[in-house]
Amino acid sequence: MSKGTPASPALMAAKSSGHGTQASPVSGAASTVGPVSAVVGPNNVVAPIQMSGSEAIVRSLEELGVKDIFGLPGGAILPTYDPLMASSLNHILVRHEQGAGHAAQGYAMVTGGVGVCIATSGPGATNLVTPIMDAHMDSVPLVAITGQVSSAVIGTDAFQEADIVGITMPITKHSFLVTDPNDIPRVLAEAFHLASTGRPGPVLVDVAKDAQVGQMTFSWPPVIDLPGYRPVFRGHSKQLREAARLIREAKKPVLYVGGGVVKGNAAAELMVLAELTGAPVVTTLMARGVFPDSHPLHVGMPGMHGTVSAVTALQQSDLLITLGARFDDRVTGVLSSFAPHAKVIHADIDPAEISKNRTADVPIVGSVKEIIPDLSAAVKAEFDASGAPDLGDWWAFLGNLRDTYPLGWTEPEDGLMSPQRVISRIGALTGPEAVYTAGVGQHQMWAAQFIKYERPRAWLNSGGAGTMGYSVPAAMGAKVGDPDRVVWAIDGDGCFQMTNQELATCRINNIPIKVAIINNSSLGMVRQWQTLFYNSRYSNTDLNTGHDTIRVPDFVKLAEAYDCVGLRCERVEDLDATIEAALAINDRPVIIDFVVSPDSMVWPMVPSGVSNDQIQVARNMTPVWDEED
Amino acid sequence: MTRHTLSVLVEDKPGVLTRVASMFARRAFNINSLAVGPTEIAGISRMTVVVDADGDLIEQVTKQLNKLVNVIKIVELVSENSVQRDHILVKVRADAATRLQVTQAADLFRASVVDVSTDSLTIEATGYADKLAALLNVLEPFGIREIVQSGTLAIGRGSRSMSDRALRAS
Repeated sequence: MSKGTPASPALMAAKSSGHGTQASPVSGAASTVGPVSAVVGPNNVVAPIQMSGSEAIVRSLEELGVKDIFGLPGGAILPTYDPLMASSLNHILVRHEQGAGHAAQGYAMVTGGVGVCIATSGPGATNLVTPIMDAHMDSVPLVAITGQVSSAVIGTDAFQEADIVGITMPITKHSFLVTDPNDIPRVLAEAFHLASTGRPGPVLVDVAKDAQVGQMTFSWPPVIDLPGYRPVFRGHSKQLREAARLIREAKKPVLYVGGGVVKGNAAAELMVLAELTGAPVVTTLMARGVFPDSHPLHVGMPGMHGTVSAVTALQQSDLLITLGARFDDRVTGVLSSFAPHAKVIHADIDPAEISKNRTADVPIVGSVKEIIPDLSAAVKAEFDASGAPDLGDWWAFLGNLRDTYPLGWTEPEDGLMSPQRVISRIGALTGPEAVYTAGVGQHQMWAAQFIKYERPRAWLNSGGAGTMGYSVPAAMGAKVGDPDRVVWAIDGDGCFQMTNQELATCRINNIPIKVAIINNSSLGMVRQWQTLFYNSRYSNTDLNTGHDTIRVPDFVKLAEAYDCVGLRCERVEDLDATIEAALAINDRPVIIDFVVSPDSMVWPMVPSGVSNDQIQVARNMTPVWDEED
Repeated sequence: MTRHTLSVLVEDKPGVLTRVASMFARRAFNINSLAVGPTEIAGISRMTVVVDADGDLIEQVTKQLNKLVNVIKIVELVSENSVQRDHILVKVRADAATRLQVTQAADLFRASVVDVSTDSLTIEATGYADKLAALLNVLEPFGIREIVQSGTLAIGRGSRSMSDRALRAS
């Protein structure tokens, strides 16, 4: 920002409307500001009543409308587990706190509400670090409650003491340490407000044991006091008009749609804008399903393993209409060569995302739920006044790419099943109403590519963080949040071994998820990079779980040890029957060991460190660009 | 690198300094100096952060600062419209032969002598960073034994207060 000149009003979310004393106002002018003193939940009024801090924690969660929480008790959170027994909250006892965190994420993703996890101090709290970081990267509304040692011994290296507020500071939206029981209702209401509004994210509430044990006066609702938190919801009208003008002038526009449109519940609004503009739509890994795959305007997922049509649409575009996306390096490739001819409209609720990686020509701060309909109205006015642009040439080019380079695979030479086929059949036989979760790696990319997503919140994965082990506990949380849907955990044999202890939680609590282990007997994505970039030297990627190995562990036996159903499928002839058998079982979790080829690779691929123009549809095969006119 | 002076109103809550410092570290932003203290309003502290940042980076710095929930308001103070001061204490070698020269040098900079011993003088000075650098240059030949310097403090010129509107809005 240049000295003395205010930035565009829409460029920065104003924390206040104040301008400094003749100095340059860094905060800029205020746009319309939404309500901030909203305490979520049924909004009961509770007259002052004496209770303990731990009772206040439970009561506050009830008043906030929480129904299900995931956790595991320990010394410093013990006082809170006692009143939990008599409460309306359904507490699901996990086997590892990481499972509680990812389950709360999965729950939040399918319900659209806040996921809640709870753990004790020290190692209990640090086991939540990975899911907290995961939720931070993917903007998932999560409230993590941890016990802390008594305030009298904080700082003395007491038993199971960890500075979890300090540890999680860079990976939370905000955090609290509570040492006075009277603060509990307000802090929890603030935590839920912060987690669920603006750009959603994880909030940690660390409660000292003496604050749980001590007496306090409970009343509801508390007064939220967050003077520094004022998210902007409405887009600036001047910026919206400018965006509409660019859309009318563009010859090669693309709607670059990110996970923010899922979080902002703006799928219907997006459909209106897309059909109005007629522009091609790309949905990022975090946005899969927010625009239907079957829609003719959809050209695929962009990025390192995106479709040729989606990657090229962005590269050749003259206008990126960016909605709730953040120019992640996995989408842009080498940033300096990304979409070199495009102007950028960037709409996001987090002003810090705008012009962080790619400078925006038209920045619009606000909620996509508000911005997209406003933009549609502005575009309609612009088209009515000056005519809609002719995108015929652009569509001819992209349509040709979409037809010439569809997603596909070659059958592996070792005769084993192709993982792509397994995942395609799971998607085809289960359908778009199911929920699919994935961890990170090859199975994740194939699940993003080969399952057809038609609705938002059907696809959950660890996008920004890339957390191995996300899938099973996230599926568990999703099934608790939306029990009437079929929930598939599409998992890798590596990922599955990180968090499969939650099968016990699923079995005991009657959470009948389905787990498809895409078992290529290796850390597949790492192995793929070793094949491509390290001369096929397979350093520490062989897991010995698949074909022709000693199968440690035997996934079928492991499933049976958890009293789940374990199935194995090794031949393509058995594929559909095995999936159908799994779909027919609803009284307990089903785990299928799909034994697939370790040599199958994820294509297309933009190798790391090169321009997206270097996309390969198969090894050393780039599309024929001279077909372009 | 361009130097920017940001005045930041924050809630006086535990950990707020850590949040600001840790955000700068995590995002690889450069803090040149930092001064924190209470304001005229109870519960509100003011941080003066001097940042080295080129081009658009300062915009990212202020946006990331704004994302911190405890940060209430940020204003960039430019030198033409603000008063900016550093505070310095310097211990200089000075015996009977050189003591007069040292005190005269201090006088030229309107600095004051705050402690004396047989072979040293401690000088206190306040001023814009450039002036203090010039003072140190002059004292250098006598032998500087110790320097303590504060972060920059800055306030906008004129009658208005930075906290006026920030707090009315809340």
